[in-house]
Amino acid sequence: MANQDQDILLEVKGLKTYFFLDEGTVKAVDGVDFEIRRQQTLCIVGESGCGKSVTARSILQIVDPPGRIVEGEILYHRRNGNTTEVLNLAAMDPRGQEIRAVRGKEISMIFQEPMTSLSPVHTIGNQIMEAILLHMPVSKNEARDTAIDMLRRVGIPKPESRINDYPFQLSGGMRQRAMIAMALVCRPSLLIADEPTTALDVTTQAQILDLMLELQEEMGMAIMLITHDLGVVAEMADDVVVMYLGHAVERGDVDSIFHDPKHPYTRALLRSIPKVGLKARERLDSIRGMVPDPYHRPAGCPFHTRCDEAIPGVCDRIVPPRIPLGDGREVRCLLYTEEYAGER
Amino acid sequence: MLQYIARRLLLMIPTIIAISIVTFIIIQLPPGDYLTSLVASMAETGEEVDQSALETLKARYGLGQPIYVQYFKWAWGIISRGDFGQSFEWNKPVTDLIWERLALTFVLSLSTLLFTWIVAFPIGIYSAVKQYSLGDYVFTFLGFIGLATPNFLLALVLMYISFKYFNQSVGGLFSPQFVEAPWSWAKVADLMKHLWIPMVILGTSGTAGLIRIMRANLLDELHKPYVVTARAKGLPERRLLLKYPVRVALNPFVSTVGWTLPGLVSGSAIVSVVLSLPTTGPLLLRALMSQDMYLAGSFILMLSVLTVIGTLISDILLAWLDPRIRYQ
Amino acid sequence: MTEARPLTPGIAVEEPAQETEINLYIASQWQLMWWRFRRHKLALIGGTVTLIIYLIALFVEFLAPTDPNAYSVRYTYAPPQRLHFIDRTDKGIRIHPYVYGYKVKVDKVALRRTFVIDKTKKYPVRFFVKGTPYKLWGLIEMKTHLIGPVDPEAPMYLLGADRMGRDMLSRMIYGTRVSMSIGLVGVALSLILGILLGGISGYYGGSIDTLIQRIIEFLRSIPTIPLWLGLGAALPPNWPPLRVYFGITVILSLIGWTGLARVVRGRFLSLREEDFVLAARLDGSSELRIILRHMVPSFLSHIIASITLSIPSMILSETALSFLGLGLRPPVVSWGVLLQEAQNVRSVATAPWLLIPGIAVVVAVLALNFLGDGLRDAADPYA
Repeated sequence: MANQDQDILLEVKGLKTYFFLDEGTVKAVDGVDFEIRRQQTLCIVGESGCGKSVTARSILQIVDPPGRIVEGEILYHRRNGNTTEVLNLAAMDPRGQEIRAVRGKEISMIFQEPMTSLSPVHTIGNQIMEAILLHMPVSKNEARDTAIDMLRRVGIPKPESRINDYPFQLSGGMRQRAMIAMALVCRPSLLIADEPTTALDVTTQAQILDLMLELQEEMGMAIMLITHDLGVVAEMADDVVVMYLGHAVERGDVDSIFHDPKHPYTRALLRSIPKVGLKARERLDSIRGMVPDPYHRPAGCPFHTRCDEAIPGVCDRIVPPRIPLGDGREVRCLLYTEEYAGER
Repeated sequence: MLQYIARRLLLMIPTIIAISIVTFIIIQLPPGDYLTSLVASMAETGEEVDQSALETLKARYGLGQPIYVQYFKWAWGIISRGDFGQSFEWNKPVTDLIWERLALTFVLSLSTLLFTWIVAFPIGIYSAVKQYSLGDYVFTFLGFIGLATPNFLLALVLMYISFKYFNQSVGGLFSPQFVEAPWSWAKVADLMKHLWIPMVILGTSGTAGLIRIMRANLLDELHKPYVVTARAKGLPERRLLLKYPVRVALNPFVSTVGWTLPGLVSGSAIVSVVLSLPTTGPLLLRALMSQDMYLAGSFILMLSVLTVIGTLISDILLAWLDPRIRYQ
Repeated sequence: MTEARPLTPGIAVEEPAQETEINLYIASQWQLMWWRFRRHKLALIGGTVTLIIYLIALFVEFLAPTDPNAYSVRYTYAPPQRLHFIDRTDKGIRIHPYVYGYKVKVDKVALRRTFVIDKTKKYPVRFFVKGTPYKLWGLIEMKTHLIGPVDPEAPMYLLGADRMGRDMLSRMIYGTRVSMSIGLVGVALSLILGILLGGISGYYGGSIDTLIQRIIEFLRSIPTIPLWLGLGAALPPNWPPLRVYFGITVILSLIGWTGLARVVRGRFLSLREEDFVLAARLDGSSELRIILRHMVPSFLSHIIASITLSIPSMILSETALSFLGLGLRPPVVSWGVLLQEAQNVRSVATAPWLLIPGIAVVVAVLALNFLGDGLRDAADPYA
């Protein structure tokens, strides 16, 4: 296990991020645990509104008020030569110097909408160089050269002139490449990508994902990829976390999740993927019901309202604990406790 | 960019022509004209009417001829000789009367605009960033009052206070000894001393309006994804605020200059009457009341042209600030 | 679905909320708007004050103690009296409303008359007193006033008197009707123009749109106040007051409609592309039906908010014009006409109460602004 500890880059323990609104408290993230290993890709999957983006933002402490982290630890293992220092990001002041030194430098982030995620009135060069000048002791000219190199590296043609372009002058795919260049220019050890390809067309999507894999191989960073697309998970992930209504309902390596899903929600999700060989006009399996209203979370297991295997009187009462299944796998479902195993 | 400015300049020409026509119609609207009332009042007092002088004036402005002839004579006079016509009441060419007043109006409006910006900008940012804080509520409330108080009422109240408690009259833009004096540094300094009162009076409602615009714009921008991106880069909050959302929120702000400046010019008309400032307002009002049509018409025309130029300037500024417009 | 219903939440189906619990999903749009509006405390206050002001405007004759044009040279610039309630006499304390009379002192040097409260003269005041006869709304003959002196000849100037010894309170109350209604009438006029032209512009687009937009831009490029002054001066001085009143509203709405037209046009432009409009069109609804049944309801709330926000500027403009003597003219009483009395510092210095109509203007404009702001925020319940 010591070897594995060396491997760990980021540990999230019991993270809870709530939004305090007039209408009530929205428990966007309500107890999430996972680890990200160095140079590996972790995918977080779930329907919209399950708290995956908020989890990602919590790591960098960029959750907009009225949201804030109310509980939990986010342990970042910073490597200095041979020693490793552990920082608790969740305990840092969101506006402080400490967390700012981590943002963009050691952990950086790219977002879904490359158009709105870049400032419309600054050139991409300006925005990339800003990241360099913030974190590295270089001159403006050096920063410019680095930015041009990075733009070339992410596959933007003629970076020397493109660097002076405004975001609206670039295509969607090019913008996302520029975003990636901006995120990676300080060589972070973790790249958080929040649905980076959702707003792009299918061909561009594939190109961007390939680019991310390529860059990961070359620069050796870990990737935390947030997506609702199981196809993307299959292509990219080493490890997977499945989220439902603020809970990490299941986690494990990609193969076991796809071939031996444990949680009823994961199984339902996998059933809803169209398969080759499906007969024409045959109905695709979908999960029945709708994601509950965030103000009215079901008691007990949040999934029991839509779960085919829910045990009446139990699942609507007891919040399932984390149940380790060995090999780093974990599931939050009462069916895997000794007590209720018989119901399976 | 140059092409953009050229296109805008060309567009100005028909607008100004249209404005001049409307202006002319407005000054022609009241029944009768100055000459008929002049003759009537002279006849009443038994004065000798100088028929030949009257005929010259009539011929020069085409009085008694169809209205379009009068318009063309007037417009041609302006284009060819810069002759805006004769003020009947003052018996002077209009040009002699308006330039100094227009210049003072412009100085007053411009300084009010600067005052408005300097006050409104930081307060607007503060109100947006600290939304729903005590300060935000206070400024918002003061802003509402500023918007709801007619400028002339504020002027009256200030005048009353200074008259009653300081036994001092706040009217005018100059101390008595400078009113008739030729321009000198001392006169300019004296102007500066008097300028701030009308500036503050005129600026209140504009400031209140701009604070609300700035606050609303910035609130729109503060939660945009690009702000999150910049924060994720590790930018300190203050720098982030000024470089990104404030910069973007500035665009609609700048686009308001176009109407703020003319708004100030026309708003100053009423305040100037109350404070008896030597700007365009009081003279325009008098000219309108006594049907001194060329004087009134020239004022309206000049103020309108000023408005058009103001809009042009703000459009150019906006294009300069916002690459999305510039590269269209 | 028996009829084409909008697919987006732009127009919600009118359904009563069956549960007591606030349910965001089945509430109608107006209900949602009300919930949001209710949260806006200032808007609620503004709404209440606006309502009170309009009620005052409605019952002017009853509320005003006297005829606004009744003058009395004896009481020129009489200062405001206090309404007393506790009457200490030799026979003990009596509680009833009364005012003291005035004593005039003549300053021989400055040749000025000053008023002093004369405590020896007490004039009892009564609520629902019979006073000057009037016709409520020009129809019902009445004599009852909300408040007034028991003896009709007794001086009662709760807010002071003006240059001609007319009661400021009564004048202000009468001014409420004119000033507030001019805002409404002016907005109504601009609304008709604005919705019509803005709607045409936004719905049909193309060259009609360009033309209307040019006209709007042009009208906006003329500085308003000189334009108003010019037009105000053009109203013939011998016109009867009522005609002047309408002349002024027409002048005010001449500019006012452009703002509303822009709002309407913008809404039409964005709604034209909405799915529910497309759905209605595919359903075979006629153009008129699409506009009236589907598009107008979805921006009605915005229009109401814009209207509320444009009334105050009408009131302010009328006040300014009348103040300069280019708007309404005596004997019509509006707040602006009343403020005209305060035009020079000297009269303000002798009678500061001449500025009180200004407070009425500020309060009315503030109330309408708060109300309009709240309405605008509430107009988008799904935002």
